[in-house]
Amino acid sequence: MGFFLEVLIGGLLAGVLYSLVALGFVLIFKASGVFNFAQGAMVLTAGLALVRALDVFEQWHWPFGLALLSAFVFAAVIMAIIAWMVERLVLRKLVNQEDIILFMATIGITFFLEGLAQTLFGADVYPLNVGLPKDPIFLLESLFDGGILVNELDIWAAVAAGLLVAGLALFFQRTRIGRALRAVADDHAAAQSVGIPLNQIWFIVWLVAGLVALVAGAVWGSKLGVQFSLSLLALKALPVLILGGFTSVPGAIIGGLIIGAGEKLAEVFLGPSMGGGIEIWFAYVVALLFLLFRPQGLFGERIIERV
Amino acid sequence: MLYREAGQFKASYQADQAIFPVAQDRLVMLALLIVAFLVVPFVTSEYVYRAVLIPTVILSLAAIGLNVLMGYCGQVSLGSGAFMGVGAYAAYNLGVHLPFLNPFVCILLSGFVAAAVGLVFGIPSLRIKGFYLAVATLAAQFFGDWAFLRIKWITNYTPSGSVNAPPLQILGWDLSSPTANYLVSLIFTVVLALGVKNIVRGHIGRQWMAIRDMDIAAEIIGVRPMYAKLTAFAVSSFLIGVAGALWAFVYLGSWEPAAFDINRSFQLMFMVIIGGLGSILGSVLGAIFIIVIPIFLNQALPPLGALVGWRISTATVSHFEAMIFGALIVFFLVVEPHGLARLWSIAKEKLRLWPFPH
Repeated sequence: MGFFLEVLIGGLLAGVLYSLVALGFVLIFKASGVFNFAQGAMVLTAGLALVRALDVFEQWHWPFGLALLSAFVFAAVIMAIIAWMVERLVLRKLVNQEDIILFMATIGITFFLEGLAQTLFGADVYPLNVGLPKDPIFLLESLFDGGILVNELDIWAAVAAGLLVAGLALFFQRTRIGRALRAVADDHAAAQSVGIPLNQIWFIVWLVAGLVALVAGAVWGSKLGVQFSLSLLALKALPVLILGGFTSVPGAIIGGLIIGAGEKLAEVFLGPSMGGGIEIWFAYVVALLFLLFRPQGLFGERIIERV
Repeated sequence: MLYREAGQFKASYQADQAIFPVAQDRLVMLALLIVAFLVVPFVTSEYVYRAVLIPTVILSLAAIGLNVLMGYCGQVSLGSGAFMGVGAYAAYNLGVHLPFLNPFVCILLSGFVAAAVGLVFGIPSLRIKGFYLAVATLAAQFFGDWAFLRIKWITNYTPSGSVNAPPLQILGWDLSSPTANYLVSLIFTVVLALGVKNIVRGHIGRQWMAIRDMDIAAEIIGVRPMYAKLTAFAVSSFLIGVAGALWAFVYLGSWEPAAFDINRSFQLMFMVIIGGLGSILGSVLGAIFIIVIPIFLNQALPPLGALVGWRISTATVSHFEAMIFGALIVFFLVVEPHGLARLWSIAKEKLRLWPFPH
């Protein structure tokens, strides 16, 4: 029982990290209907910018707090530049094209960002320390023999994800820009006709997605080190999206939790009998089965193109 | 001036419905085939064969297969790499367990295995479409990756997981030279492409296009969506499977599961989109473009860097390659979202009028 709980909690915490990546997808899909494959590359870019800037500032013997803050600001500025360029050079030119064309364009952006980030910031594995504790801690030692092993970093990651979602919810519900974003998500043409500038909105959405990528990059980076494989996280986030629905922020979170927990449990308890390594496709198969019964996802909007 | 169809009268329905109704198109096509079959083998080096020609020819076939599904039937698929793998491993297993079969018979038969697998993974398309379907086909990709690596009988229990193709020969003829490899792949691709061209002109192809353009309207005029979609999946997987078997037997010789990973799927999708959705010619143009550009960048970047006094390491070259490749894809999508095939037809339009303005 103790072992089961340990795997479950480990899976749930990993799931939180998946949802961090999935969130970026949802934001952009909601506001512009673009399926942004580049989210993984954005996580990589943000993570690399952050860790390299932090290294440089620490070499200048800045106090850690200031260095960390400046590094975050630097990475945020990079993400803003990327958002601006994407809007200016890609999205604006591809208005009214088919979805698949836009999707391909984001794959092009993925390649570009991966190349750019690694050219500018280097292509090694960079350990990232943003001051979060990394010690393993034991929970419920009185209940189970040896307790449940949990990594403190994962808990902080979960807290960060929670704060991020709360912040995004506030931003979407309570601010002027948030309302404009929701209007655009609802109906592009109608939003434009009441005077909402689409181009600005798209910039803001890509910027917000970039900041989410920055948080994801910081958390994943301090867990695994900032490295190229962060870019592949995009593929991990896709089944989460299917499960939670492409347009739902809470869906991304719940979907991430389900996928994370299911994946780890399957790997540990089913994996050995099937030769191991089933983690890579288990999430997809769960998502696929799910699609057959509820194509709009757990919390997605019901308007879905059914066949 | 040169490309003028005035005066070419068609006196029968047969002539009217020919694949190339315009005489100049027929001539150009014939000339291309003659060059490809008879001239190229005498003028190219082994490097060009291995680096450019053979990959282009084989991946053209795979791209045509994917185009059947994406371009003609409108079903997005990101699992084509895995279907290529299914073809490759099916051909391998046929060769191992039925050693009396000629390798080329194995390659053809493996297409049917891939078609069967494609049918299974095509079933979700009956319920979902668009990006949801794309993600569903990703399931096929990841399941394939895992199966090739972990299910041991697929690789015939080889300890390293890497398998070898049987020697290529027909009736005692040795076909392992690069020239023979090239000609064999070219024959497969040309014959199958001709077949596909005819299928998409026929009633099945029209049903696919009806489904692509508007599925509800298609259903109302009597197209069965299930039949149309599943045939598209089967035909597409057949072609991709044969291409995968060719890739493994003719090009790679010995291979590991990584040869058919998700990057292969993306590569094929790029070919189809850059080349032009719903065009056989486009698939071939796309394949040429996607294969030649990285080689070109790889060769051209270090000298260019040296020109400005900057020595570029191989790692940096590969990053630059990714950047330029990504930028080019975006550029092409912005300039011509309908692909190279569209550019070609615009050029033909212009030629028809040239040199007069109207």
